[in-house]
Amino acid sequence: MTYQLETAAHPETLRRVAIDPVSRVEGHGKVTILLDDQNKVHQVRLHIVEFRGFEKFIQGRPYWEVPVMVQRLCGICPVSHHLAASKALDIVVGARKLTPAAEKLRRLMHYGQMLQSHALHFFHLCSPDLLFGFDSDVTKRNIVGVAMAHPETAKRGVLLRRFGQEVIRVTAGKRVHGTGAVPGGVNKSLTIAERDELLQDIYHIVQWSRDAVHLIQKVHTQDPGLYNSFGIFRSNFMSIVGNNGDLDFYHGTLRARDDNGKIIFDHVDYQQYNQYIEEEVRPWSYMKFPFFKSIGKEHGWYKVGPLARVQNCDQISTPFAEHERKEFVDYAGGSPMHAPLAYHWTRMIEMLHAAEVIKELLHDDDLLSDDLMVQGERQLEGVGVIEAPRGTLFHHYQVDENDVVTMANLIVSTTNNNQAMNEAIRHVARRYLHGREVTEGLLNHIEVAIRAFDPCLSCATHALGKMPLEVELVDPEGQVVHALSRA
Amino acid sequence: MTAPVVIFAVGNPSRGDDAIGPELCARLQEWLENQGLADAVELIEDFQLQIEHALDLRGRALALFLDAGAGTTAPFTFEPVVPAEGIAHTTHELPPPAVLQVFRQTEAGDPPPSFVLCVRGENFELGEPLTAAAQAHAESAFALLTRLCSMPKLDFWIDQISPNR
Repeated sequence: MTYQLETAAHPETLRRVAIDPVSRVEGHGKVTILLDDQNKVHQVRLHIVEFRGFEKFIQGRPYWEVPVMVQRLCGICPVSHHLAASKALDIVVGARKLTPAAEKLRRLMHYGQMLQSHALHFFHLCSPDLLFGFDSDVTKRNIVGVAMAHPETAKRGVLLRRFGQEVIRVTAGKRVHGTGAVPGGVNKSLTIAERDELLQDIYHIVQWSRDAVHLIQKVHTQDPGLYNSFGIFRSNFMSIVGNNGDLDFYHGTLRARDDNGKIIFDHVDYQQYNQYIEEEVRPWSYMKFPFFKSIGKEHGWYKVGPLARVQNCDQISTPFAEHERKEFVDYAGGSPMHAPLAYHWTRMIEMLHAAEVIKELLHDDDLLSDDLMVQGERQLEGVGVIEAPRGTLFHHYQVDENDVVTMANLIVSTTNNNQAMNEAIRHVARRYLHGREVTEGLLNHIEVAIRAFDPCLSCATHALGKMPLEVELVDPEGQVVHALSRA
Repeated sequence: MTAPVVIFAVGNPSRGDDAIGPELCARLQEWLENQGLADAVELIEDFQLQIEHALDLRGRALALFLDAGAGTTAPFTFEPVVPAEGIAHTTHELPPPAVLQVFRQTEAGDPPPSFVLCVRGENFELGEPLTAAAQAHAESAFALLTRLCSMPKLDFWIDQISPNR
């Protein structure tokens, strides 16, 4: 746990390489690397350049608008923001415990989101790297290339995505801008026809998810030299865990472990999250750097997301996913696995768990109930936390007597992983770029490390023509000496 | 029954001129209902194009991708689009040619004749409203959209292609 390579001693004498924006990463990300004349790496930073204005966007709005409007913060995981905001505002309306129907309907929506998001990442974003190699032809290293070389794999990715989107549609009311969750519960249940339509496909979905776990397990274990060491660094990790220490994406208490797996804190009510977590501001990045207060900012940072969750829980409640978790833990050899590429394996275990939970829920008649809302004594403040696809997501609001949001604080998953992603790319830069001529293939190694975390940089702007990848090598005088572009 | 025409309206209503797609989508939905054409055209709104949108192309005679554009010729461009291999892309923008290519690979057939209507936007910041310029561009685009929906024929759509493209 060091800050080596974060700040060079004499940056004015170094060449600068920028990867701007990082491709196949949601939002605007930029990596800068400072090299000397021998191509030795002196500084590596992941910059998030579109992270302003979330809180300002929310403050001043009536609280009941918030669960809908926060979906517009992010085009990739709107449901995560929708549910985290709803959970925070449950507290504000005094609904500390929802009806069984409301909680199960929200859980169904959330697990549909997990399924479709993990499927997108595996089949669409990372499979080109995993199936073709990090140095492969850049024109084939995308979903179209995957579809040409592995048509059945690509088709399953599309159908898994569609199924997850259908779960969201029937629970949220629409494919996008849904209103399913409201403070205190949900505003619709499932019809029998909606439930039966999903039931028709769920058994295929579970089987395809099992196959996906086996595919990534095979890829990982066939090349342990690469997969167990690429970009590796040790860190603490954190997630919420459910009752009895189960893996739970929707609700639970906060648990953190150190890099050896020893508990740092456990059973923490997330309403008190800010007694345990602090956010550091650094002058070179818009995105903050959270850390555990009890350890301090130098050693207290952590990673979140699938690799943290699967190793932080004590067990998984569904049989196929629990079997795969044990396989993973056995492979890791009894101590925590820290390799960033192991995120892919654990992400597929989570996708399988999501599919199994959806199957269980679809057999639960509570989904058809009309007992959807509760409320209690009005409060002025609430915190909502869920495990979003990319990791722990915090929404914290204060609401005045006029029902207006006066304070909003969001710690999104990618912010929780900020230091971890920076550490991963520094290790990759040191291992693969140090002293070598920079090529597109080598720069893709940096992107592979970032993509393992599946960062969502929360930019839903996608206007045509706005997202090329440009890489510039700039000499000490600021002159561009070489440029690469992916339009 | 599948509507013969599908229009994908793409954009984020809270990101300045990125709202052009959703705004035109809402307006067109109302117009289609008033004209009795709602069964002939399916409107699909989303933040961004993704792989599963390839499945929405099944059984269509014509497809249109409606989106805001940065640096687009004002007020808009209207062009045909075909599947393309080897496009590197980001998650925010699976471009229309890649969606069509995913259709070709997963459905083992050619997608319907497809077009892109790209309306020029100026500002894409979170929380900002549509700019006056974007509103004017959208007004021009809406006139074209109503013509296209009134005459869902390939020859007619080809005749509407922007000059000097």
